[in-house]
Order: sequence, then structure tokens, then C-alpha cells
Amino acid sequence: MNYSWDWGLLFRSPHIGWIAQGFVTTIEMAVLAWCIAMTLGSLIGTLRTLDNPIAKRIGTLYVEIFRNVPLLAQLFLWYYVIPELLPASAQKFVKRDMADPQFWTSVVGLGCYTAARVAEQVRSGIQSIPRGQRSAALAMGFSTAQVYRYVLLPIGFRTVIPSLTNDFLGVFKNSSLALTLGVMELTAAARQIEEYTFHSFEPFAAATVLYSCVTLLVISLMRVVERRTRIAGNVGTAR
Amino acid sequence: MIEVTGVSKWYQQFQVLKDCSLTIKSGEVIVICGPSGSGKSTLIKCMNGLEPFQQGEIKVGDVSVGAKGTDLPKLRSRIGMVFQNFELFPHMTVRKNITLPQVKILGRSKDESDARTIKLLERMGLPSQADKFPAQLSGGQQQRVAIARALAMDPVAMLFDEPTSALDPEMINEVLDVMVALAQDGMTMAVVTHEMGFARRVANRVVFMDQGSIVEDAPKEAFFGTPRSERAQLFLSKILQH
Ligand SMILES: Nc1ncnc2c1ncn2[C@@H]1O[C@H](COP(=O)(O)OP(=O)(O)OP(=O)(O)O)[C@@H](O)[C@H]1O
Ligand SMILES: [Mg+2]
Repeated sequence: MNYSWDWGLLFRSPHIGWIAQGFVTTIEMAVLAWCIAMTLGSLIGTLRTLDNPIAKRIGTLYVEIFRNVPLLAQLFLWYYVIPELLPASAQKFVKRDMADPQFWTSVVGLGCYTAARVAEQVRSGIQSIPRGQRSAALAMGFSTAQVYRYVLLPIGFRTVIPSLTNDFLGVFKNSSLALTLGVMELTAAARQIEEYTFHSFEPFAAATVLYSCVTLLVISLMRVVERRTRIAGNVGTAR
Repeated sequence: MIEVTGVSKWYQQFQVLKDCSLTIKSGEVIVICGPSGSGKSTLIKCMNGLEPFQQGEIKVGDVSVGAKGTDLPKLRSRIGMVFQNFELFPHMTVRKNITLPQVKILGRSKDESDARTIKLLERMGLPSQADKFPAQLSGGQQQRVAIARALAMDPVAMLFDEPTSALDPEMINEVLDVMVALAQDGMTMAVVTHEMGFARRVANRVVFMDQGSIVEDAPKEAFFGTPRSERAQLFLSKILQH
């Protein structure tokens, strides 16, 4: 292979700036989308565990739709189709006045898609709790909302921390699809360097390293969180 | 205090409760016994609205449990319930298990709740366990914490569903002693149990259930003397053997 390596190009202006900017954008998208996913996902997952059949139906419908349509298709729907369906004033805002529409559309798209996965984790976490806990909490006089707030969600979340970590890493990696809408995130930055320099290995190697570093960092961080939140005295506790 | 009148309940086709009627007066202790699957748990869960029922009426004080507009959380906060498997909240310390409901349900101040918690733990013989987690306690200790948690709400009555069945034999008495003391203090209690020693000591009446029906409801002297129904006689002879 006749390839002249030039690692130095990564650190030259403007390439280094592109990579830095792309990296920050990727992190921003992942974190913002994760906030949406956790909020919406906890709500939808909770709906699926309620006794109310309508609430259950709504939760199931959400999960089925958002889990089964490919993410790329969802992003295109959010960007090209949904705005057309909005009332005129909202359309004007989305198409003209909203700052950085590609970025925010990607955040919403990633958030809603990941929410379906979070919802499934939350549901399985809650359903793994013995039925007696709910009865006991209700028997104390807690309202249904309080039963979830103080008993079911805190226990349920603890049991699914490892799966939630995976889902966060998922949204972090999936954020690269935002480049199809024109967001200059990390992968897009690497591609841009390639287009300007005809060097493809170095920029994509740099992107790979950055993606991996974040992944490893998140995994070790979540190990600590897992250990800290583990319920004392239960199986597997170091104490 | 608690008045059950003609209550029937079905799971689909299967009738779990058949026209059950039962009155528990203030200060009375009722022991409910009967073979497995006879509907004992279901009956006492109907008393605080944990299980819905299709026919009949249950009144606690002058509140109708099954009525549409009843504020069930409020009603339940006035009735303590103790479960076979303790059901302490595993992610909270003992202290928090007892304090949190007082603060969040009764609206008591944090300090007042905490003081009450400590006092109750002392009364249960567990003064030094406040900052442990439930899984770090023995079964008997957990059940006493569960009783303390229920008492912290200042209930007008207490329901017990086989409170000692999940315990090792050597821990049964520490829980029964607490329950006996409670009964002697005048607490209104409905206790599902097969501990006939407990029934002999403090029960006013013994109720025998079989296949969803209340077969026998007699003062304890009469019940232990000669139960009228053959089923109850058979049941008694079986459980008194051990
Ligand atoms: N959710 C349910 N769906 C259908 N049947 C049920 C349900 N819960 C209980 N049952 C049935 O109702 C009957 C009464 O149950 P219950 O738990 O009240 O009995 P029990 O007298 O408390 O028995 P045990 O001594 O085993 O606790 C049993 O035959 C049981 O199988
Ligand atoms: Mg039972």
C-alpha cells in the first residue's frame, strides 16, 4: 500500500478545530437527546406498567412505532415530513426562525427513538419488582404517583443501570447519523478533513479513538454509579 | 370498626369470596385461619381496598371501602398492614422506611417523624438498627420494623397476613410477642395466622374460612372447645399436631 501517513495534519488548523467542534457537537447531541430519552422513556415505561388499559395501550403503541422504524428513516421524517404537517405559524418557526434546525431535529429524533428503548428498560425494571412491594406501598397510603416516585422507580432504575448505560452509548454512537441532515458532528468532521486532504485514515482513526475514549469513560463511570447505588445487604454487595 | 357485609369476589369465573360477613369491633382481635387458597388473604386485602370486590359492602368506621368516591389512600393510611414477606422498601434504611411515609402521607415534620420512628424502634426492641438496610436484618427483625412502620401512621386498626409464616421457627416468638403486646394495648386487629397459641392468648374470636366462605365465626373458647363444622375440626386437628 502506497499511503503517505501524515498524522500531523490532524493538529493543523483548521482540521484540529473541525475535530474539536465535531466532538463537542457529538457530545452535546448525545447528552441532550439522552435527557429527552430518559424523561420521555421513564414516562412511557411507567405507563406500560399501570393498571389502566388506555395508558398501557399508549405506552405500547409508542414503543412499537419508535423501536421498529429505522432511526435514519425517523430522522428524515422529523426533518422533511413533520414540519410540513405543522400549522402555519409553527412551520414558519421551524423552517425559518429556529436556530440550527438540523441540530435540534437530530436531538429530538435521537431522543424519541432512544426513549422507546429506555421505556422498555424501565418497564422491565419495574416489572422485576415483586408485586408485594406495590401492595405494601399502597397499603401505607401512598398514592399511585408516590408509589412510583418513592418505591418502584428507585428500585427499578437500580436494576437496569447496566442496560441504560448501553442505551446511552447507543445514542452517543447513533448521533453520527445526524451527518445525513448536515450536522457537523465528529464523523462529519472526519469526512470533511478527508475531502480537503485526501487523507482518510488519520481523521477516521482520530474519530475512532475519541468515540472509544468516551465509551470507556462512560462504562467505568457507570460502574462506580452502579456500585454506589447498589442496595446494601442484597446479593452481590461488597460490604 | 370494620364491618364486612355479604362480600363476594370473582376472578373471572372463579369465585374467591362467597358472601362473607364479619364484624370487628373497636379493640377486638380476630384471628382468621383456614386451608391454603381459602381466601383469607383476599378477604383482608378487601378490607383496605387493595383488592376490589364485586358484591357486598365493607365499612371502616363510616367510610365505605368499595364506594366510588372513597379516598382510598387516605383510608389505607389509617389501617396498618403487615405482610408475610415483610415488604420493607429495600433501598431505604430502616429509619427511612418508617419516617418517609409519615412525612409524605401524613405531612408530619421531619423531626417529629424521626422522633416517632426512634420511639417505635425502641418499643420493637430494635433501637440500634435504624441505619441498617432491610436486607441486613434477620427476618424477625424485618417483620418488627414492618410493624413499626405500620404503627407510625397511628392506625385505627391493623391487618396481618400470615406475619410469621416466612420466619425461621426461632424468630416466630419475637414477632408474636410484639403482636400480643399490641393486642393487649387495645389495638383493633385482624390476623391471618395458623399460630393457634397466639389465638389462644389474645384473640376474641376465631374465624375459619374454607373455599371462599366463612364457615365458622366463634368466640375462641367455643372454637377451641368444639368447632361446629367438620372441616374446622379436621383443620384444627391437623395444625395442632405441630
Ligand atoms: N390474581 C389472581 N387471579 C386468579 N386467582 C387468584 C388470584 N389471586 C388469588 N387467586 C386465587 O384465589 C384463591 C384465594 O387466594 P388467597 O390468597 O386469598 O388464599 P389464602 O387463603 O390467603 O391462601 P394461603 O394460605 O395460601 O395464603 C386461591 O385459590 C388463589 O389461587
Ligand atoms: Mg394468603
